[in-house]
Amino acid sequence: MSETIFIEGGRVIDPQSGLDGVRTVVIRDGRIAEVGERVERPREARLVDGRGKWVTPGFLDLHVHLREPGQEYKETVQSGARAAVAGGFTAVCAMANTLPPNDNATVTELVLARAAAAGLARVYPVGCVSRGQKGEELAEYGELKAAGCVALSDDGRPVQNPALMRRALEYARVFGLTLAVHEEDPHLAGRWSMNEGPVATRLGLKGYPAQAEEVMVLRDLALADLTGGRLHLQHVSTAGSVRAVREAKRRGLPVTAEATPHHLTLSDEEVARSGYDTDFKMNPPLRGEADVRAVREGLADGTLDCIATDHAPHAVEEKQLEFDAALNGIIGLETAFAACLELVRQGVLSERRLVEAFTGAPARCFGLQGGTLVRGAPADVAVLDPGLEWTCDPAALHSRSRNTPWKGRRLVGRCTHTLVDGRLVHQLGGGR
Amino acid sequence: MIGRHRHCIALEDFSREEIVEVLDLALSMKEVLRRPLKKVPTLRGKSVVNLFFESSTRTRSSFEIAAKVLSADALNWTATGSSVSKGETLLDTARNLEAMRPDVIVVRHASSGAPAFLARHVKCSVVSAGDGAHEHPSQGLLDCFTIRERLGSLSGRTVAIVGDISHSRVARSDLHALQKLGAKVRVCGPPTMIPQGIERLGAEVFHELEKAVAGADAVVMLRIQHERIGDPLIPGTREYSRLWGLNARKAAEWLKPECLILHPGPINRGVELSSDVADGPRSVILDQVENGVAVRMAILYLLAGAGATTEGAPAEKATA
Repeated sequence: MSETIFIEGGRVIDPQSGLDGVRTVVIRDGRIAEVGERVERPREARLVDGRGKWVTPGFLDLHVHLREPGQEYKETVQSGARAAVAGGFTAVCAMANTLPPNDNATVTELVLARAAAAGLARVYPVGCVSRGQKGEELAEYGELKAAGCVALSDDGRPVQNPALMRRALEYARVFGLTLAVHEEDPHLAGRWSMNEGPVATRLGLKGYPAQAEEVMVLRDLALADLTGGRLHLQHVSTAGSVRAVREAKRRGLPVTAEATPHHLTLSDEEVARSGYDTDFKMNPPLRGEADVRAVREGLADGTLDCIATDHAPHAVEEKQLEFDAALNGIIGLETAFAACLELVRQGVLSERRLVEAFTGAPARCFGLQGGTLVRGAPADVAVLDPGLEWTCDPAALHSRSRNTPWKGRRLVGRCTHTLVDGRLVHQLGGGR
Repeated sequence: MIGRHRHCIALEDFSREEIVEVLDLALSMKEVLRRPLKKVPTLRGKSVVNLFFESSTRTRSSFEIAAKVLSADALNWTATGSSVSKGETLLDTARNLEAMRPDVIVVRHASSGAPAFLARHVKCSVVSAGDGAHEHPSQGLLDCFTIRERLGSLSGRTVAIVGDISHSRVARSDLHALQKLGAKVRVCGPPTMIPQGIERLGAEVFHELEKAVAGADAVVMLRIQHERIGDPLIPGTREYSRLWGLNARKAAEWLKPECLILHPGPINRGVELSSDVADGPRSVILDQVENGVAVRMAILYLLAGAGATTEGAPAEKATA
């Protein structure tokens, strides 16, 4: 059995159980054995010094691209899981747009086998909504669920046909699977490079109007209403989408939503400020200031349930290109906490809401275990230093890719220790 | 150096003084151009690479002549567009060019931001000869030069830019430069060709040609690109030319007598401009071409030449 670990002196923040205070967390046999004010530490127990730090449930990211199988030059399950635990994430949901896509048990099992071999973060595979992500026929949700998929998504190639989407929402109900959707009308969005608006006009780049996201959000909310199927909106980026979700929740529709660290903290002005740096190019694109404010408000008031990174690794040669030729996407696992902690300093989020948005809230969206530190729970724990200043050096990150907009920036807040199933899988400066 | 700039990529970043510096120098360059012996040794031993990813006869020739009059060696490098899947990447092309140690790279590219990308990866100066729908700084400067030459000053003048503003790099460079020199700028076209937020760049937006040109001191007519038709930004050239094209009748009725007509070329005769206007007395289109060489000489001189150092101005050299 694994060793006994004492995390002493840290501020334990567990929104799920309502706990926020200095406690000792005792981990034994892979589980939380005790969370107490004063616990006697046996000599053989390993000590993690939590003084000045936050001790929280391990973070859960509903939206990452691990690229395996098929694009291992960008990321592997192992390297992605390594990046995850370095960022405090003890579980990640791996999107299905691999090569081949995860529309059958063989791919699901491969991802799970690679994750088990890595022995780092938990990896929850997400299966395809449609076979081959082609948007033509349903994938076999029964097989995917039995193999271990926790949700369904055609992220990367969103379902265009509304009739198929309807059937997918209906059919998924049998298995209790949530449909996670990337909302984009490809005709209205067109061949875009960034958000449509004054900045795109100044830079001469083709714009993707906010409404091309919103019309699909509205379509799928209507279909959720029609079918009762569980809908999860990925990377909500516009004020109109936030409004639509707020209204849908008020009406009691079965919908949840996520926001990314970049849509919460960066606007399309960054594309201009950076001189067309393609590390500010992703899908959906960075939006205008008013949209950023709306997404922040949405996360603060719970309209948007959780934070997810949309960690999307790409090789240097896929990003070091003309802006319109570069691939969409940025990595985000190792910078998410620091980027979002900024929102606490700005008074947008409480510390408790921030932790909840990384832990219990995402677990509830897909009905996953974890996200809490109550006694008996699996010991998935993040120890975070909220005052630690560091400079983001892409070469020093654990992801195989380097495409981060935070490169070279001074960040505050960093994960120092991560435990999965009671095993210390990451220690800042510990190598590996 | 043009003021603080080692590159000439976007007039948005240039100050009024920096623009005036180029225009004033272009005046003496124009004088050199009109001499029987059009050659000054100012840039002898310097090399200028024309790196064109989009076809362009006029702009490339203009830069080539500008370089040659200044005695620089000009090399034309015609490249095909790059992408992840095919061909050499822009970065590789840039590194290869860099290894040949040019002093200036003049680049034309279909992607907005490509010159800025290039400038980050090479040590020499980069001059944009137009990037996507972003900017075409030498065109903006030569338009200012041409209007200033005819009207004396741009201060308090009104200039209307008519056409597909969305896809026009000329419109953006004109907009920045003209306003910095004190002119008011109007843009006009069907709403499908007016990009969102253009008024934040200072433009006053019109959809009716008659109103846009009323009282204007100069009108810049943009080329309607055939690939835009059916995009669908406009139903066709017939309706476009009726509503946003300029012919002699409209010019006589709507324009001030002294109003100038500019066009960045090449003209679609009968679409945005009728021949009688293009070839008429208001037209300064061929002046623009000549002034283009002078302005590009000034740009190359400031970036590659002695500039502030010992070699002195080209006019002095020529008389020596």
